[in-house]
Amino acid sequence: MTYHILHTGNSRSFPGAHALHEKAGADLNAADVIIVTGADVGKHAASLSQWKDKTAVLLELGTECLGVYAGESRGVEGSNVLGFARFRLGEGDPSNLVELVRQPRSSEAAISAATQVFEGAGLKVAVCGDFAGRIIDRLVRPYYNAALRRLDEQLASADDLDTTLRLGLGYPEGPIALLERTGLAHHFDVTQAMFDAYGETAYVPARRARVAKQSSKK
Amino acid sequence: MSEIKTVGVAGSGTMGAGIAIVAARAGYKTIVFDTRQAALDSARKQTAGFFAKSVERKKLTQDQVDKIMGDLSGTTSLADMAACDIVIEAVFESLKVKHELFSELNKVCPQTTLFASNTSTLSITEIAGGSGRDDRFVGMHFCLPAQLMKLVEMSPGIRTTDATFQRAWAFSKAMGQTPVKTKDNPGFILNYFLVPFNNDAIRLVESGVAAPADVDRAIKTGLGYPLGPLELLDMVGLDTQLLLCEALYGITHDPRAACPPLVKRMIAAGHLGRKSGQGFFNYSGNAMFGG
Repeated sequence: MTYHILHTGNSRSFPGAHALHEKAGADLNAADVIIVTGADVGKHAASLSQWKDKTAVLLELGTECLGVYAGESRGVEGSNVLGFARFRLGEGDPSNLVELVRQPRSSEAAISAATQVFEGAGLKVAVCGDFAGRIIDRLVRPYYNAALRRLDEQLASADDLDTTLRLGLGYPEGPIALLERTGLAHHFDVTQAMFDAYGETAYVPARRARVAKQSSKK
Repeated sequence: MSEIKTVGVAGSGTMGAGIAIVAARAGYKTIVFDTRQAALDSARKQTAGFFAKSVERKKLTQDQVDKIMGDLSGTTSLADMAACDIVIEAVFESLKVKHELFSELNKVCPQTTLFASNTSTLSITEIAGGSGRDDRFVGMHFCLPAQLMKLVEMSPGIRTTDATFQRAWAFSKAMGQTPVKTKDNPGFILNYFLVPFNNDAIRLVESGVAAPADVDRAIKTGLGYPLGPLELLDMVGLDTQLLLCEALYGITHDPRAACPPLVKRMIAAGHLGRKSGQGFFNYSGNAMFGG
C-alpha cells in the first residue's frame, strides 16, 4: 500500500516528525492512498473528484464533519473519501489514536486501506460515524464540564476529586489536573463547538473554562 | 471501641465476593451471607480461582491461600452474622431490600456491630434510617473489581457518630485500602461521574456512531484508561447499570443519568455482560478478573 501526503499548513494530528511521514511516497499519481493533513484541507476539496480512482483519500478534520468536504445526500453518502483526526487534548502531545471518520456508504476498501496505513505507522484506529466530537470528545467534554462544576460546588477539593477518579477508575490523570495541563481555554473551544452542534446542556462550557477563555484573550 | 476481628459480607455477587476477598486476604475471619446457596458456591469457586492466580503470580503462597480460604465461609443463615464485628452490605441497589436486610441484621447482631453499605448511589442516611442503628452506620463504597482496587469512598450519614466513622476508617486502612471521605451525595464522587459517562458511551453505540470495540479502543488509546466503558459495563452488569441509572436519575434528574433504551433491550435479551456470557462483547469463560 503506497501513500502520498499533501500538507496544508499546521497539522494538529502530526505537528512534528512521525513514522507516517517517513513511509510516505513522493509520487502522488502512483499512490494508492492520498492523505491531506493540516488546517486547510478544504483547499483540496475540489480535487476529490479527480482522486475517485484512488483506494482512499484521507482528510484531516478539526471539529468539523467530513460531510463539509465530501458532501451529503439523503443519508446514503459515502465514497473513497474518509476523515481522520489523531486525538489530542489541547496543548498536550497527540495520542496514538486515530479516529477514522466514515460516512454511511463509505468504501470498505478505503477503510481497510486507511487502517493499514495508520497502523503501519504505529497508530491505533477507531472507526466512527461523521458526527461532531467523533468518539472521545463526545464522551469526555460532558465529564470535564461536570468535574469543573462539582469543583465549584465544593463536592471535594481538586486534589481529592482527581485522586478519587484516578484510584477508583484507574485513570492516569484526574480531570482537573489534566485540564490544567492541556489548557482550560482549549476545552472551552471544543465544548463550545459541540454545544453549537448539539445544543445539549452537557456541552455548555463550565464556568471555569469560560473564565480561562476570557483570560486568554487579555 | 472494640477491635474488628470478624467481618460479615451480605451478598455474594460480584461486589460481595470481591469485598470478601479483600477482608479475608487482610487476615479477617470473613462470613459471606446470601439467601442462595448456588450463589455462594459460585462465588467460592471464583474466589478459589482468583487466589490460584495469585499463587501463580507469586503474590501469595499456597499456605497463605489455604489459611485465607479456611477463614472464609459462606452461609444462608442470617443468624450466623451474629459473630460479626462489622457487616458490609453488597446487595441490590434497592432501598426496600436494604432496609429489610439491615432490619433483620439489627435483630441478630450485637449492639457493637457496625453496619456498612456498599451502595453506590443511594443515600447512606436513608439506608441507615431503616437499620435500627443509624448512629453506627457508614457508607463504604468499594470500587469494581473490589479485589484489585484500593479506593473506598467512605461517607457518614447525618446521624453517624464520629467514633463509628473513625472505627470504620481504621478498619478500611487495616484491610490495606485507601479510604477517601465524601459527602453523602448522590453517586458520591465516582458514580456521579461514571454512570453518565457510561450512558454516553452506550448512546454512541445505540445511535450508530461507533461499534463497542471502537469506542473502547478510542478511550483506552486516546486517554490511557485501563478499561473501555463498554467492557467496564460488561463487568458491572447491564442490570446493575439500569439500577444505578434509576437511582441516580431519580435523585438528580440529570438527562445523562437516564438509562439508555438499549440497556433495557439488552437486559430483556439476557445480555447482562460477563455474568451471562454476553454483553457488548462475548465471553466464553467465567473467570474472575485479576489474581
